[in-house]
Amino acid sequence: MAVFSEIVSHYNHWITIFLMVSGLYIVVARGNMVKKLVGLSLFQTSVYLLYLSPGKILGGTPPILDPNFAVYSNPLPHVLMLTAIVVGVATLALGLALVVRINEEYGTIEEDEIFPVKDDE
Amino acid sequence: MTLEQQLPALQVILPLFGALICALMRRGSLAWGIALGVSFAMPVISGVLLAEVLSNGPISYHLGGWAPPWGIEYRVDTLGAYLLMLISAIGALIMPYARASVAREISADKQAWFYTMYLLCLTGLLGIAITGDAFNIFVFLEVSSLSTYVLIAMGKDRRALLSAYQYLIMGTIGATFYVIGIGLLYSVTGTLNLVDLTARISEIGPSRPVLAALAFLEVGISLKLALFPLHVWLPNAYAYAPSVVTAFLAATATKVAVYLYLRFLFSVFGVSVVFKGLPVPEILLALSIAAMFGASLVAVFQDNIKRMLAYSSVAQIGYITLGIGLANKMGLTGGVVHLINHAMMKGALFMAIGAVVYRVGSARLEDFAGIGRRMPLTMAVFTLGGLSIIGTPGTVGFVSKWYLAVGALDKGWWWLMFLLVASSLVSVVYIGRVVEVIWFRPLLHTGTTVREVPLAMLVPMLLLATATIYFGIDTTLTAGIAGRAVDMLLAGLS
Amino acid sequence: MKLDLIFRITTKLILPFILMFALYVQFHGDYGPGGGFQAGVITAAMVILYAIIFGLPAAQKVVPARLAELMIPLGALIYASVGAVAMLLGGEFLNYSVLLSDGPHGQELGILLVEIGVLVTVAGTMTAIFYSFAGRGR
Repeated sequence: MAVFSEIVSHYNHWITIFLMVSGLYIVVARGNMVKKLVGLSLFQTSVYLLYLSPGKILGGTPPILDPNFAVYSNPLPHVLMLTAIVVGVATLALGLALVVRINEEYGTIEEDEIFPVKDDE
Repeated sequence: MTLEQQLPALQVILPLFGALICALMRRGSLAWGIALGVSFAMPVISGVLLAEVLSNGPISYHLGGWAPPWGIEYRVDTLGAYLLMLISAIGALIMPYARASVAREISADKQAWFYTMYLLCLTGLLGIAITGDAFNIFVFLEVSSLSTYVLIAMGKDRRALLSAYQYLIMGTIGATFYVIGIGLLYSVTGTLNLVDLTARISEIGPSRPVLAALAFLEVGISLKLALFPLHVWLPNAYAYAPSVVTAFLAATATKVAVYLYLRFLFSVFGVSVVFKGLPVPEILLALSIAAMFGASLVAVFQDNIKRMLAYSSVAQIGYITLGIGLANKMGLTGGVVHLINHAMMKGALFMAIGAVVYRVGSARLEDFAGIGRRMPLTMAVFTLGGLSIIGTPGTVGFVSKWYLAVGALDKGWWWLMFLLVASSLVSVVYIGRVVEVIWFRPLLHTGTTVREVPLAMLVPMLLLATATIYFGIDTTLTAGIAGRAVDMLLAGLS
Repeated sequence: MKLDLIFRITTKLILPFILMFALYVQFHGDYGPGGGFQAGVITAAMVILYAIIFGLPAAQKVVPARLAELMIPLGALIYASVGAVAMLLGGEFLNYSVLLSDGPHGQELGILLVEIGVLVTVAGTMTAIFYSFAGRGR
């Protein structure tokens, strides 16, 4: 029983792991290039949760200085994840731009249709 | 603050400003001029920093005026200064070479953007080597990676787009694994500053989150390092990117990842956690030997010379990680000195190939037939670089392999020394194949344009090739500094 | 046609409020969720909404592609220049307290300026990305 409550109380970590693994699975298992990028975004989202959920201190207020409160939630993970979100957006934009160009060059974005095409070395 | 005190920040800010100004330019030659100025200023700053660190010890620069561990700290020590010097020197040598090569391979309206991305990549790589904050490393890692994806995608062949996409997927997974590792460390220790992390991890010891963080960090950095079997992106990326990009990346990008690997393995986690918590040296040894043999054997069967050299790079990275896996003074010195030696060798080789592509337009082996008669200096550079890869005595390649062999013997592993020699024999095969074609076959491309490349392209190549001979004979600068860096690493807590 | 009319009138009414909300998010980043990146994305969303409803050529008359491409390095230059000015005034890079005689007020000014730089860059980047994707295949 104690083990069960231990497992359930860490629900934020379980959600993080689920998102992480499903994102990675999509990247590996799907041959459509846009789907791979979606999986990558999902994988990166799990990282945001990994940082943000331990940042909330139980019993803490939002981190704005106030003489009435002594315990504040940690603002640093939010700042770090803002940077990570911007990086993720930039990566997604770049990946989609590459997919658009690959579509123009090859006519398709399915990997199993592109790889057999043998260009002149 | 004096100019000298501001140098650590200037090392990163000057390329950043250069990149932003290049982005405002329309003409490629103006952008090239700015990139040239910035690239020539970089080794000056790195040289001053290196001299300062060698005489006075590590330099610490507090970004924004906030003291560490609350603020971001730029911390230059021996290993970091060594790497800064490497990146700056390669960047300065590439820029004169780049003008003609880029003008030939990239369309005119994109040339200014090319130099923007190149300077951003330089900023990112220099930033990784200089910063002392774990999350700041991620930021610079992504700056350099994203600009690398763009640079690779600018290649002429349409497969450059596929290579850039594949590298994007794998590189982003690697960077995200790095962030996961840092997240685990942050939740356990509460700090992001590398020096502070070292102190707190040594208090905690090899607990489960620390070991999990180590595993995530190692796999993430190994993806960037192109350690076997995570090297899959490298051959395609190097083969289809523009020649300047391949020469620059082959000499710098993976070396910076090795620096990160060393920094986290030895400085942050420390020998006690790493070598007692997880079987890291055994895994590194197995993967390195697989890389050395597997990649060399695949290189023998390639018809595209750039691809062949890319697989050769994977094998050479195997040598570097072999040195890390040996983890004694000689082996680690061999690994660290191979960082600079390999950069010199591969930089020279890829620049020589780029010169032939400039004249002939193709990098296929059959198009190189008899080129040695029309482009003797370029092919001399290639031959010298090839001899260095094999490990001929008198070249830098021999220096690294000597240190690795002595390190293996120090542990009493004779079989490893034989494996080193055997893998060098495989490299004789693929280098010899190309040398035979370029010097001993009848000339295929007999047009009048097939002659030596312009001086601006020739001089950097010749300088690098001479360096591979010079630093193979006088190793005080390369192996001496590497030895000092290794002493600092093996001392444990820095 | 009829549905088109509803979209066009509603968009014309909403667009100024989107811009005002973006500026609100920008300047209240100190006190609540917000800041340069979020405000830049909302500003770009305003331009994109206009382009979706009224067509790409109309949007490019208001915000030319050249302007969007110019904004990208300009904002980053603003940010880096604030840091460089701090260096010239004797502090470290991005040390805001040397910008004014009073430390905390210098920090406020510094953060305000860098967030404006971030707004310009992000708005320009998002708009330029939209223009380069939307203009293809026509």
